[in-house]
Amino acid sequence: MERPLIEVENVSKSYRRDALEIPVLKNITLSVPEGEFLAFMGPSGSGKTTLLNLIAGIDKPTEGRIFVGGTDVTELSETELALWRSRNVGFIFQFYNLIPVLTALENVELPLILTPLSKKERRAHAKTALSVVGLDERLHHYPRQLSGGQEQRVAIARAIVTDPAILVADEPTGDLDKVSAEEVLALMERLNRELNKTILMVTHDPRAAERASLVRHLEKGELA
Amino acid sequence: MLELLKLLMRNTLRHKLRSVLTVFGVGVAVMAFALLRTVVTAWYAGVEASAANRLITRHAVSFVFPLPLAYRDRIAQVPGVSKVTYALWFSGVYIDKNQFFARLAVDSETFFDVYPEFLIDKEQFETFKRERNAAIIGVEIAKRYNLKIGDIMLLEGDVYPGQWQFVVRGIYQPRDQTTDPATMMFHYKYVDERVRQEAPDRAGQIGWYIVRITNPDDAAAVSEAIDKLFENSRAETKTETERAFQQNFLSAASAVITAMNIMSFVIIGIILLVLGNTMIMSARERTHEYAVLKALGFSGAKLFSLIAGESLILSVFGSAVGLLVTFPAVEGFQKALPKGWFPVFYIKPQTILFAVISGLLVGLAASLIPVRRVVATRIVEGLRHVG
Repeated sequence: MERPLIEVENVSKSYRRDALEIPVLKNITLSVPEGEFLAFMGPSGSGKTTLLNLIAGIDKPTEGRIFVGGTDVTELSETELALWRSRNVGFIFQFYNLIPVLTALENVELPLILTPLSKKERRAHAKTALSVVGLDERLHHYPRQLSGGQEQRVAIARAIVTDPAILVADEPTGDLDKVSAEEVLALMERLNRELNKTILMVTHDPRAAERASLVRHLEKGELA
Repeated sequence: MLELLKLLMRNTLRHKLRSVLTVFGVGVAVMAFALLRTVVTAWYAGVEASAANRLITRHAVSFVFPLPLAYRDRIAQVPGVSKVTYALWFSGVYIDKNQFFARLAVDSETFFDVYPEFLIDKEQFETFKRERNAAIIGVEIAKRYNLKIGDIMLLEGDVYPGQWQFVVRGIYQPRDQTTDPATMMFHYKYVDERVRQEAPDRAGQIGWYIVRITNPDDAAAVSEAIDKLFENSRAETKTETERAFQQNFLSAASAVITAMNIMSFVIIGIILLVLGNTMIMSARERTHEYAVLKALGFSGAKLFSLIAGESLILSVFGSAVGLLVTFPAVEGFQKALPKGWFPVFYIKPQTILFAVISGLLVGLAASLIPVRRVVATRIVEGLRHVG
């Protein structure tokens, strides 16, 4: 039997506020096979984003282990984690988080700076990624010259340009109008279906969750 | 690498007004630093110009007391001495009391042998030696008062009262920037002859001896030997190296010089604060962006390059602006001073080098706190940050 792409084993996470220990995630165990489009739903404070951050390697669990593609990300040092993220994770944020002084093309090219690709190759990859999201006409536009939906599509292009193993999306439609949200969700669905991208998405929006192949609910730090 | 450079250039220009003000702030501070260092250099010009093989023999009590001319031959006998000359501080007023430059009565036969840094045309020098009231002036004096060979210079004597008329017979060029280009020199004999008639008790006295020695390493022994010659005489001597002699002059102004030295380094601190403040503000505003970059896989070293690079761009531009302004500022400062206050006044290459190095170091130092904060901030905290 093929090993799942993502394995979360008995993961707990708590934060310390002064003398108080606040548990956020409690003993989570989860497996995500490659090519899955998984949505996490749940009320605010249920630990959805924290779980996503732990899997994406931008936070560390208090207890437990997380394997992604066979690598125990909880064992990696900060430097190793940075390198691992650059190769394995694509990020899609609620507020797009594009660099305002860079054009769409330069924003998409940004993660490729960390790879050994030549400038020409980087440009070609970035252009391809932007054409996948339907923005080949907006290469040289700055984020302020784009609509919210277009900004999010640039962010998706930036997330896929390194061809990562997983895409993590934290409320990707949370700041978009209905039409733009539909476009972004359709795009993510296409990436999952056509390019077999494994997507983990946190959302409050049931319509967004409908696009996922699997929905998991979190309640008070536990998987329901 | 080029992409990172592009990003840090654009980050630098993100708040144009702030960047321009920071560059000017750094520029003004660098200019003030270079100006202060130049003034300190000017104070030390005499010390800088000192030759290792020259000793100064003066009256043991004070420089203002004269020494007998008769000491010359005895000093010349001391082993290790290769040449002896002498000078007399004539003082006097040229045009008015605000026109300051050194006026020295010298032994025209030997003085210029001991001071080879005064470069004079051979023909002019021969003419000077032949005429009793001839004078040699520095090129700076000639420029300042539009004097040419053959022009008359009238001095109103104060230490040696009366009207004194000199004819310019030579204009010397300084050998290098440390040589005073504004000294007037004339025959001691001319002065002494008149003093012999008008105030005979002051005749046959000189201000100080300049002793050229064969080996600079023997300076202490030769000095001791000279002073021993005149022990228990009416005019005991004190012999020291020219450098020590010049430093004694500076001791009166040592507090001012120390203050200026300290101030010049305080200014470096001010540059650091100006730049550090800008960098801290910029980095705080971009906490969210840096968290995104970290999430994308940018290492601490890459973020350091981005922040330190931006800081360096500001400091290098600021230093360049400051140094460009320094040249006219130094010129203006010199013009604003009474004529001849600082005869040697120039920006030392070391001052420029020091300003550039300080700019670079300050640029790096100013980025340390923001870099530390950015690197220490956890990605999840940075992503939550609202700037």
